[in-house]
Amino acid sequence: MDANAKPVTKSDVSALVALDRDVFDHADTEKHTYKSVPGLTEELVREISKQKNEPQWMLDLRLKGLHHFLRTPLPDWGPSLKKLNFDEIIYFARPDAKQDSTNWEEVPKEIKTTFDRLGIPKAEQQWLAGVGAQYDSDVVYHKIRDDLAAKGVIFEDMDVALQKYPELVKQHFMTNCIPVTDHKFIMLHAAVWSGGTFIYVPKNVKVDLPLQAYFRMNAKKGGQFEHTLIIVDEGAQLHYIEGCSAPQYNANSLHAGCVEIYVKKGARMRYSSVENWSKNTYNLNTKRGIVEENGLLEWVSAQTGSGVTMLYPCSVLKGQYAKADHISIAVAGKNQDQDTGAKVYHLAPHTSSIIRAKSISKDGGISTFRGHVKVIKGAKDAKVSVKCDALMVDAISVSNTFPYMKIMESEVDVAHEATVGKIDAEQLFYLMSRGLTEEQATQMVVAGFIEPIVKELPLEYAVELNRLIELEMESH
Amino acid sequence: MADLEIRNLHAAIGDKEILSGISLDINQGEVVALMGPNGSGKSTLAFVLAGHPKYTVTKGSITFQGKNLLQMKPHERSRAGLFLSFQYPSEVSGVTVSNFIRTALNARLPAPIKIVEFAKRLKEKMQLLNVDSKLVNRYLNEGFSGGEKKKTEMLQLSLLEPKLAILDETDSGTDVDALRVIGEGVTKIAQSTNMGILIITHYNRILHYIQPHQVHVLVAGKIVKSGGAELAHEIEKHGFDAMKAKEVR
Ligand SMILES: Nc1ncnc2c1ncn2[C@@H]1O[C@H](COP(=O)(O)OP(=O)(O)O)[C@@H](O)[C@H]1O
Ligand SMILES: [Mg+2]
Repeated sequence: MDANAKPVTKSDVSALVALDRDVFDHADTEKHTYKSVPGLTEELVREISKQKNEPQWMLDLRLKGLHHFLRTPLPDWGPSLKKLNFDEIIYFARPDAKQDSTNWEEVPKEIKTTFDRLGIPKAEQQWLAGVGAQYDSDVVYHKIRDDLAAKGVIFEDMDVALQKYPELVKQHFMTNCIPVTDHKFIMLHAAVWSGGTFIYVPKNVKVDLPLQAYFRMNAKKGGQFEHTLIIVDEGAQLHYIEGCSAPQYNANSLHAGCVEIYVKKGARMRYSSVENWSKNTYNLNTKRGIVEENGLLEWVSAQTGSGVTMLYPCSVLKGQYAKADHISIAVAGKNQDQDTGAKVYHLAPHTSSIIRAKSISKDGGISTFRGHVKVIKGAKDAKVSVKCDALMVDAISVSNTFPYMKIMESEVDVAHEATVGKIDAEQLFYLMSRGLTEEQATQMVVAGFIEPIVKELPLEYAVELNRLIELEMESH
Repeated sequence: MADLEIRNLHAAIGDKEILSGISLDINQGEVVALMGPNGSGKSTLAFVLAGHPKYTVTKGSITFQGKNLLQMKPHERSRAGLFLSFQYPSEVSGVTVSNFIRTALNARLPAPIKIVEFAKRLKEKMQLLNVDSKLVNRYLNEGFSGGEKKKTEMLQLSLLEPKLAILDETDSGTDVDALRVIGEGVTKIAQSTNMGILIITHYNRILHYIQPHQVHVLVAGKIVKSGGAELAHEIEKHGFDAMKAKEVR
C-alpha cells in the first residue's frame, strides 16, 4: 500500500463523499441539449459517433459492440437483472454546458451547484493535481496542474483524447486489456460509451498528488457509460481517484463503465474509487489492468450505493515480479445486492497478489464476494494471498463467498482465508452499557470490522469512508 | 429515598427465576458489598440493573434517583449515571480503547470533547490506575489478560464518572498489585466524585482496599444476611456454607 502516492494532505474522498445522503439523492432540474429517446438502436449508436465526430474505426468498434450485445444473453450467474429493462434506458444525454471547460465559472449554475455541494472544486484547490467532472454523457470540467502538463502528463476527457491523441487511443482502447466482446455489458459499453478519463503519465514521471474524476448521472432513467483509459509508462507513478453518484428516481438507471489500466515496467498505479450510486442504479462495471515487469497495481474500492452491483476489478500480472493489491469494502443494505470480488491472473514467475475484502450486510441486503485467482503453469514462485471477511448485522441479511482458484503451477505460495461473522448480542450490550445507542453500538462494531482495511488508507480517506459507512448504517 | 432503590425484585431467564425478591438501597458516597457463592445470582442482579435484554423482571421495582430504571434503555441508564464493570467484558476488534472511551464520553456530552482535552484527562486517569500507555491503543479487550481487562473497565469508569458504579468481580483475575492500584484508584474517584459503589464479589479480596459500609449476602437469589464490614470478615473465615446452613436451620 505504499504505492506512488504518499498520504494526501486533505481527504481523498471529501470530494466524493458528502455528509448527507440527500446531497447525492437530490436531482437537479434536467437541462439537456441532446437527449436520446429511450432504447438502443443502431441509429442511436451512429448518432453518438457522428455528434462526437469520431474516426471510422471508433464507429466500427461501436457497431461491433452493438452487434454482439444484441446477440448475447444476460449472464446466467450472479444477481438477478430481470428488472433491468434495456428499452427504457436513455443511453445518451448531453448536458446544456460547454464541454471540457477549464474554467469552473463557465460551468452552468445547476451543474456547478451539484458539484459544489459534493465539494469538487474546493478539493481541487487543496489537494489534487487535477480534476475532471462528468455530468451524464459529457465531461463538463477538466483541469490539470500546469507543471504536470508541462512534464507531458495527459489528463483529458476521453472524447477529447480520441481527437487529440488518435494513435495512442487506438492502440489501447478496448484492444488487449478489455476487448469489445469481453462480456454483455462491455459490448453495450463499447456501443454507447461517452466521456470518461484518459490519462498518460510519461516515463519516470511521478505525479505527486492524486488526479480525480467525478461522475454524476442526473438524467432520469439515464445510463452512464464513461470510459477510463490510463497508461502509466515505465517507472512512472500515479494515484487516480474516481467517485460516482446519482440522484434517487423511481425508475431504474444503468451504469456500465469501463476502466482499462496499463502499468508498464516498474510503474506504480493506485486506483481508488468510492461508488455511491443511488439505490435504483444497476452498477455493472468492468475494471481491468495489465501489469508489466516489476509494476504494481493497487485497487482500493468502496461500494455502498446501487441496488445491484456486479464489479470484479481484475489484474493481469504479465511481467515477472509484477504485483497486485486488491482492497475492497462493500456494504449491502435493504434491497441491495452487492456482488463484488477480485480477479487476478498470474502469467509470469515471481508475481504476487494480495486480495483483502470486507463486506457488510444488513436489513436483508445480500453481499457476495467472488475471488478468482489463476496461476498458469510456469508462473513459478507466484504468491497469492486471499482474505475475505463478511459481517452480518442481523439475521435477515445474506453473505456469500465464492472462492475460485486455479493453480496450474506447483511452486507457488497460496493462502486463502474466509470468515463470516454476526454481530454478537453481548458485544452490543457491552457497548450500550457505556451510553451508546443500539445504532451507535452497531456502527462501532462495523467500524471496527473494517478498521484493518481502513487503516491502510490515507488518513482523510479513512475518515470519510467511515463517515460514509456510518451514513449507510443510519439509513432505514 | 435512596439514590438506588431495589424493591422485591424478581428476575428470570426464560422460565427460570434467578432472583427471588431482592430489596437493596444504595446512596451516592456509599459502598455496598454484595457477596455470595458462584451461581447465586450476583451477575444477574448487575445485568438487570444495567438493562440486559436477556433477563425479564417479573416482579418488583428499581428506581434510580427517583426515576423508574426499568423503563430506561441500557444507554439511557448509562447516561443517567449508572456504570457496570463487567465480570467478563466483551472484545471489540478494530476499536481502540481510547477511541471507545472517547465515543462513550461524547455520547453523553452536549458537545464532543476536544481531542486535546480528552488526551489530557485520559493520561491523568491512566496514571492514577497505572495503565500501560500501549494499552489504550490496543483494540478493546482483544487479547487482554484478566487484569488488563479489569483495568480497562476501571479506566472507563474513571473517565465516565458515574454516580453509581457496580463492580462485578473486579477482584477476580487480577493480581495483588493490580488489585491494590484499582482499589486505591476507585476509592480516590469515589471520594472526589461522591460516587456510590456496589461491589460484587464471591470472596472479599477487594474489600481489603475498599471499605464497605454495608455487606449483603446473596444465596440462591435471595439476600440471606445483611450487616456491616464485619460480615465480610466472617465470610472470609467461615465461607458461605456456614451461612447457607444457618439459613436452612
Ligand atoms: N442463559 C442462562 N440460562 C439459564 N440459566 C442461566 C443462564 N445464565 C445464567 N444462568 C443461571 O443463573 C444463575 C445465576 O448466575 P449468575 O448471576 O451469573 O451468578 P453469579 O454471578 O452469582 O455467579 C446460575 O444458576 C446460572 O446457572
Ligand atoms: Mg458472576
